[in-house]
Amino acid sequence: MSDKKTNQVGDTGHVWDDNLRELLNEPPRWWMISFYASIAWVLVYFLLYPSIPLINSHTKGIMGWTAINEYKEDLSKIEQVRAPWENKLKGMSAAAILADSDLTNYTISSAKVLFGDRCAACHGAGGAGNPGFPVLADDDWLFGGSVESIQESIAGGRQGMMPGYASQISATEIDELANFVMALSQGNGDSQPAGKALFDSSGCSGCHGADGAGMHMMGSANLTDGIWRFSSQDQLESVKYTIANGVNTGEDTARNAIMPSFENQLSAGDITKLAVFVHQLGGGQ
Amino acid sequence: MSTAKNDHPDTHIDALYHEVPINTGGETIHAKRAPGLFRTLKWYGSSIWLIFFLGPYLRWDGKQAVMFDIPGRQFHIFDITILPQDVWMLALVLLFFALLLAAVTSIAGRVFCGYFCFQTAWTDVFTWLEEKLEGPPLQRRKLDQAPWTSKKIRIKVIKHAIWILIGLLTGISFTLWFGDAPTMWKEYLTLQAPLFAWVTVGTFTFFTYVFAGFMREQVCFWLCPYARLQGIMYDCETILPTYDDRRGEPRGKLKKNVDENNQKLGDCIECKQCVAVCPTGIDIRDGQQEGCITCGLCIDACDVIMDKIKRPRGLIRYASLDEMEGRPQPTILKRPRVLVYFGIILFSIAGIIYGLNTLGALELKVLHERQPLFVLQSDGSIQNKYVLKILNKTDTVMQVNVSATGHPDLKLVGAEEPLDLPNGRVSPYTVYVRIPNAKLTQDTLPIYFRVQDVTTPEHAVEYKSMFFSPKK
Repeated sequence: MSDKKTNQVGDTGHVWDDNLRELLNEPPRWWMISFYASIAWVLVYFLLYPSIPLINSHTKGIMGWTAINEYKEDLSKIEQVRAPWENKLKGMSAAAILADSDLTNYTISSAKVLFGDRCAACHGAGGAGNPGFPVLADDDWLFGGSVESIQESIAGGRQGMMPGYASQISATEIDELANFVMALSQGNGDSQPAGKALFDSSGCSGCHGADGAGMHMMGSANLTDGIWRFSSQDQLESVKYTIANGVNTGEDTARNAIMPSFENQLSAGDITKLAVFVHQLGGGQ
Repeated sequence: MSTAKNDHPDTHIDALYHEVPINTGGETIHAKRAPGLFRTLKWYGSSIWLIFFLGPYLRWDGKQAVMFDIPGRQFHIFDITILPQDVWMLALVLLFFALLLAAVTSIAGRVFCGYFCFQTAWTDVFTWLEEKLEGPPLQRRKLDQAPWTSKKIRIKVIKHAIWILIGLLTGISFTLWFGDAPTMWKEYLTLQAPLFAWVTVGTFTFFTYVFAGFMREQVCFWLCPYARLQGIMYDCETILPTYDDRRGEPRGKLKKNVDENNQKLGDCIECKQCVAVCPTGIDIRDGQQEGCITCGLCIDACDVIMDKIKRPRGLIRYASLDEMEGRPQPTILKRPRVLVYFGIILFSIAGIIYGLNTLGALELKVLHERQPLFVLQSDGSIQNKYVLKILNKTDTVMQVNVSATGHPDLKLVGAEEPLDLPNGRVSPYTVYVRIPNAKLTQDTLPIYFRVQDVTTPEHAVEYKSMFFSPKK
């Protein structure tokens, strides 16, 4: 059908390879309509939206649309969704949040990002701990596992202290002491009477308690359980090192165990949220 | 193709076009409307669509009986509430309809197209209106060609207005299935409906108007996949509206005062009534073809003529190819294809019935915390953390007890008191399982959680999870 037409259509007079003529066929009407429609579309678009670059600026468009405004609008929409929860949480204590399971769930979801940004680098995702950094998901707390204590730890930071004993007692005594601490963690401290005597006489019990269970007041570690503040493949060597060099003494050889303060970095509300989050990791008391 | 050189390719194609006239929409088909059995059946078939228009107003227990609540992610069908978790049944519903189409098509052709399809049903209503307003086909053709007088404009404006109104009603009725019907009507009438509803109504109105008003049979010819699909489901045993050419041929005009027996003509008197009534404008006497929607209107038309000329009815009738060829026709139950189709249909029905009966009141998923997998507690036990996601599918608040089994020294922490479950949503609860490390003999241990309604203990679910501990 259309083949017949082509014979009647004129050409531009350009002929290549003897018989290839350039025909003067009109484009189909639908094509022309879409062509003009797209020109109209461009004009409308240029009027409505930022379009033409000028030397120092650009045309703004009637609608005043900008990408950053759209982003801000979207953000405010999210904040609107959160607002009823956030308003409820305002001024609430961590303990009060924990009493309400819906609020607790919201707080955990919303504090996840905070924990990832501020805490997970040292304490591991999910509070799994890292070498040299305490596990937050267990029930062994240096400074107490109540949500108030946790909140205090986050806000004010923590820094325990243990003197190094290398200059005060002999290497053999350190070995005996370490053997006693190892036995204590397995529940049979009595099997190491020499170490036990040293434990009492060298002043260890002053901080770690007469039974070695630690004190939250001072952040001294509980030595009677299987959880180590400074764990290692060779735990005995690790214990000896800690006894010899101490913790946070200021010496280069000492163990370093400082939890920074977040009071000036996070709002009080965020700290409360984080306290709830950490409390719910698995070991809160 | 050495011979093709000499032939002009165009002549072949032209010959094909002449062989079967193809309607590309250049001419509007104005089909004649004749009464008869199949005409009546078509009305009955189309009237099933009244459910589409009236369904949203059905009430049940003070609520809309059938509602597809997309934002709330719930389907309400009378007493039953189906949540996304049960949507696997939708697959069976789709399977049911797909196989029903296949089974019906293999037995009696395009029953769907002819009697039920929204395209042909809406077109039928549109042309019925056209006939009421503009008169029978001949008059309609004349009117189309007539110059634009005030009368023509008036008739056309009324017709298109009613068409658009039907389209609008179609669109609105569709949206009513997804929300509370009276509320949505109020929103439409006060122009307060959400943008998405307007867009849906607009789309439906536009396509109803264009498809049923203008494109009509072209939708069946060029757009509809089912038209193509069903054609390949026929076999020699499928009954279809068929022209009995042994009886009809040679066809010829019936002449008065001529001895019938001397004419040696068949029963077809070339009155072309079968063509005149065909909504897709085909000639059934050319045999089975893609344009035939098997609506049977040509059968009605032909039977009237056969009665008039005192010949037996059924020159065009529902018949299989086997019947036409004089071969024996097996009964439906002896046709393997039909049996397989019905077997699958029964399977899907059984599945849906099973699903509806075991919808259950509770659903439980247990997520094991992976960071950390396990934690050593100060009492020497290993603790694993789990999040129980409990879905309460009933419409009342529930209280459930949680228990865990899998180890004799296991201790479940965090679910000592019964847990509250608000209705219709998933409630997450964190629980801990502790087992003394000394009592564990393997790294992993299966743990079974059980959630049980306090008041109705039959409402219970179990879920298997794992307990992880340090390498042994």
